[in-house]
Amino acid sequence: MTGARASRSTITLKLLMAVSGIAFILFVLAHMYGNLKAFSGHDAYNEYAAHLRTLGEPLLPASGFLWILRAGLIIALVVHVYAAAALWRRAKRARTQRYVVKKNLASSFSSRWMRWGGVAILLFLVWHLLNFSIGKVNVSGGATNDPYNLLVDTFDTWWMTIIYLLAMLALGMHLHHGTWSASQTLGLTNTVRARRNAKALGWILAVVIAGGFSLVPIFVLAGVITK
Amino acid sequence: MRLTLKIWRQPNAETQGAMHTYEIDGVSDDMSFLEMLDVLNEDLIAKGEDPVAFDSDCREGICGACGLMINGQAHGPEVTTTCQLHMRSFKDGDEIVVEPWRADAFPVVKDLVVDRGAFDRIIQAGGYISVNTGSAPEAHSVPVPRDDAIRAFNVATCIGCGACVAACPNGSASLFMGAKITHLGELPQGQPERDSRVVGMVAQHDAEGFGGCTNIGECTAACPKEIPLDVISRLNWDLHAALRHGH
Repeated sequence: MTGARASRSTITLKLLMAVSGIAFILFVLAHMYGNLKAFSGHDAYNEYAAHLRTLGEPLLPASGFLWILRAGLIIALVVHVYAAAALWRRAKRARTQRYVVKKNLASSFSSRWMRWGGVAILLFLVWHLLNFSIGKVNVSGGATNDPYNLLVDTFDTWWMTIIYLLAMLALGMHLHHGTWSASQTLGLTNTVRARRNAKALGWILAVVIAGGFSLVPIFVLAGVITK
Repeated sequence: MRLTLKIWRQPNAETQGAMHTYEIDGVSDDMSFLEMLDVLNEDLIAKGEDPVAFDSDCREGICGACGLMINGQAHGPEVTTTCQLHMRSFKDGDEIVVEPWRADAFPVVKDLVVDRGAFDRIIQAGGYISVNTGSAPEAHSVPVPRDDAIRAFNVATCIGCGACVAACPNGSASLFMGAKITHLGELPQGQPERDSRVVGMVAQHDAEGFGGCTNIGECTAACPKEIPLDVISRLNWDLHAALRHGH
């Protein structure tokens, strides 16, 4: 009887949130590192993009690694969004009569924007996949069959760079609170020191990942990375 | 000093309430917040109006009965209970907004009084140890490491006032539960029921309609006993352990 109770709790939802979130952190870390190949020029970047399709061969079929990765990320996304929606709904129902005056004392800006920030990241993700993966949209009207040129064309368009930088701000904020929150949810922050370390890790991951991603668009727009 | 009070008035649980404005004069710095409300109520009674209902008991900051949302902060601007908040924390001409704890799990009974019975039911669902009563055992027969004893004692100071729930944007009672889980879980006497305790308390917490924790820390900032946020980590850890043990 108690089996169902523990696994259906809000804390279990948070656990699902934390584990799927960690999968995303590992993914964006690797993705950000890969993007920096743009600094090595046209051939190195395209070679890297092609290599992702042959990674693991001959053990895996062509693009096998990518499909495993995609499947994993889709599962993580479904779990993350489901848990977030369930907890959001619960929180709404937990206080139907709102305060006339309510002050925030300790909560960080990032923590208060987790839910809407997450929605923003999800919307950005849709566009990002249309832009570079599923749809391949070149906003400058150029060719789309060359990954490096598509990247340069995209970020040479100033408003695209701004959209991407805003998305990275949202991602950075999400990582800042999310990293700490996942550590706490996993029960790893049982001392003052562990709590401080988890919060510091949140800052580090936010700056490294969102900052690292932002370098490529900024340097394209600045004319350092060119076709 | 002269103050403008905006107070939530609600005749009973079934009727919708509203904010009412009262002017109060002659408030001294040395009055506690509740004494200031007592003065207001004497004035209201003299005028033949219904006095403002609010909870209080010890008025020493140790029972947890009083608790008001004052200008958007649980227990007001100081780290203490409402009864130990003094009017010297305010200045002449201030407008003070007073609301009850807002959580659907804490329904308003009247005006500023809420029913915090949900906390009692969470405790009944596991926040105890089962021992035979009778003469106290020899204290030295159960050694407790010093650090564990200190931590257990520090979090045992939770008085169940509900400020954590009131301050939490999700209406979560995780800090309250975490304090109880940590208090009993740090001590040898708490070990036999450690799994069933956390499972029972969390299930009751969720059934009462409290929200989930998002680790933002408003609870611990509002806590008059300064219960630290790491008790929630301990609560989560204990629930994972219970899940691993097949609960």
